[in-house]
Amino acid sequence: MPAKEPVAVVGVGQTKHVAARRDVSIAGLVREAARRALDDAALDWADIDAVVIGKAPDFFEGVMMPELYLADALGAVGKPLLRVHTAGSVGGSTALVAAGLVAARVHRTVLTLAFEKQSESNAMWGLSLPVPFQQPLLAGAGGFFAPHVRAYIRRSGAPGTVGSLVAYKDRRNALRNPYAHLHEHGITLEKVQSSPMLWDPIRYSETCPSSDGACAMVLADRAGASRAPYPPAWVHGGAMRSEPTLFAGKDFVSPQAGKDCAADVYRQAGITDPRREIDAVEMYVPFSWYEPMWLENLGFAAEGEGWKLTESGVTELGGDLPVNPSGGVLSTNPIGASGMIRFAEAVLQVRDRAGAHQVAGARKALGHAYGGGSQFFSMWLVGAGPPET
Amino acid sequence: MSATPASGAPSAPEVPRAPLVVEFPFTRSLGPVQSAFLTGLRERTVLGVRTAGGRVLVPPVEYDPETSEEIGDLVQVGTAGTVTTWAWNPDPRRGQPLRTPFAWVLVRLDGADTGLLHALDAPGPDAVRTGMRVRVRWAQDRGGAITDIACFEPYENGDEGGGESGGGNREGGGGNRHTAGHAAGHAAGHAAGHGKAGGPANGEGRRVDPAAPGAGRRAAAGPRPHSGAFDDPVTGVVAPARLDYTYTPGRAQSRFINALAERRITGERCPSCRKVYVPPRGACPTCGVATSEQVGVGPRGTVTTFCIVNIKAKNLDIEVPYVYAHIALDGADLPLHARIAGIPYDRVRMGLRVEPVWTQGGRHPDHYRPTGEPDADYDTYRELL
Repeated sequence: MPAKEPVAVVGVGQTKHVAARRDVSIAGLVREAARRALDDAALDWADIDAVVIGKAPDFFEGVMMPELYLADALGAVGKPLLRVHTAGSVGGSTALVAAGLVAARVHRTVLTLAFEKQSESNAMWGLSLPVPFQQPLLAGAGGFFAPHVRAYIRRSGAPGTVGSLVAYKDRRNALRNPYAHLHEHGITLEKVQSSPMLWDPIRYSETCPSSDGACAMVLADRAGASRAPYPPAWVHGGAMRSEPTLFAGKDFVSPQAGKDCAADVYRQAGITDPRREIDAVEMYVPFSWYEPMWLENLGFAAEGEGWKLTESGVTELGGDLPVNPSGGVLSTNPIGASGMIRFAEAVLQVRDRAGAHQVAGARKALGHAYGGGSQFFSMWLVGAGPPET
Repeated sequence: MSATPASGAPSAPEVPRAPLVVEFPFTRSLGPVQSAFLTGLRERTVLGVRTAGGRVLVPPVEYDPETSEEIGDLVQVGTAGTVTTWAWNPDPRRGQPLRTPFAWVLVRLDGADTGLLHALDAPGPDAVRTGMRVRVRWAQDRGGAITDIACFEPYENGDEGGGESGGGNREGGGGNRHTAGHAAGHAAGHAAGHGKAGGPANGEGRRVDPAAPGAGRRAAAGPRPHSGAFDDPVTGVVAPARLDYTYTPGRAQSRFINALAERRITGERCPSCRKVYVPPRGACPTCGVATSEQVGVGPRGTVTTFCIVNIKAKNLDIEVPYVYAHIALDGADLPLHARIAGIPYDRVRMGLRVEPVWTQGGRHPDHYRPTGEPDADYDTYRELL
């Protein structure tokens, strides 16, 4: 018996992500994703041993500890129910905590879910709370990240148009994903490039929307995988890393914690050349420029070279290394769920169940999330076949 | 462990304090069950749900706590009930249901199996007891919210049922009220064919078939099926939340703030890595050791990176566009964040040399402006972005 139980993803469920789901409560929203994941796995509530749930800060809905009241909706009564919180990366770390429970043989079948109902609050407000004695300055996440984008452009010498190429690609990919929030049918590169500048150098069309949505997965051991009606995805590696938000020597353009996290995942998965061995990537790109930045941070390109992959079309759906075939965070952003959607979309790719945004023949895919002030990282690598033990 | 400052700070620095209020009008999408419940309150109707196990839950939930299945089986319960437990609140706070002292109560409404949390208007704790009969006092203006129930009020002579108009259906003495109240709930359960064991049988005589003609007011006590359909249903509510804090910034920040009051900018040097932190946090986040050595930095510095903010934040009173910049003050090992002015926003650049601009009575530099020096070379600040 291997030291760890191999972990399979046997079910995936998402809501149709939209600006406001006024027809459902938070409970109704998470229920919808969970039910779809169970259906995908041909399981029912009684088959689940434990539930692991994640969401971003409580300020985003103003419900303190929402997991307490969501136990009924998630069939968690009489079972362990854990909540994970690592800011924007939480969807990823939630899935990894769930995977750990199966790998450690604590539980055999675990439901993991992440959500955000952004319409109930205002994230820009929630992220810019004034603190006494400090000068109120910060204008939301865009204001926080835009200077780092400028630093990347300066450091890499990337042409100013690269960000718009990412946004144009991801919005077109989203048109192939029925669950994506933004479906901009008339999108053109010119429209992206002429959209208003919000936090120069970040334009409106290069930012993520504010979404209501939930994503769920069912994770199982080998026995569970063998009973699954559809091919499972297998977890080949998963890791989390964190570092302080601000410290002398922090590299916001390519944080050390991100590099270390990716290196750990590749080591577990036996990946030595991610650019060649990985078939699809779902990475957390809330502002378009983060695609080239993360391509470097995750080892797909040398430092200062990430933008060349984007510019040359490598990251397009038909390219050599498709990035965010689902449309990514740029097209769908229920913050707490966004990381799990990356993980789940990587799963759909290797299960050959991504539909119109399927990357042909994808065998290995990376799901990536980050959160806070580039301080939390979580990633997993999933494969179509079981990991070598 | 000694944390005596190496220099500068007095032994007992003045620690500033300030109120910090966090408040937001959160919105709630209700979903079908809560929508029916709150719309019902508007119509002076209290709805619960019946679970697969036959229990009637008030307030209603969307999913069965036992089977996890969706519940759509709405029932109407009475507007009078029995206190199952309580706590006296001698000092009501802002936003609580009553301004005068009151009891928090769990009320099991007639026909329900669970307690609804609300306020009971009573003259004092001596007037409250577990088992007492109470009824809803409806708010004058109702819009579909839990506050449509203004509070509960004593109804010691009230039998199960009725409640809101009260008085007309009393019978018997006070001694059997408690028993009657309990029995009504159980009897209702039996009537629905989902009864739990252990219900006292002596309530049998009070059971009323709600469908029978002339069943009268007490019929309301039985949990009758209800479609949950109302005209103009409430689908969302605004739930204002407010947190009141007293904020104290801590010793390191206080030293920094007190120095700013004298128009000095001070950092703290890590005794291990020797990096200078501005503003100081009292500890080095990389080395994990306390910092105490005070180091004067600036006042001049270099813009290492920035963005131009064109979008006005809800809670910021700054005209747009403005430049939000990272500024590495001379002598500091990481940038602080500040606004740049005194130069057209589109002429701000990386490497620009700046200095603070103080205003009368300001707690910190209002902004930074160009010094007129030549721009700093990229290599001098590339590690300080």
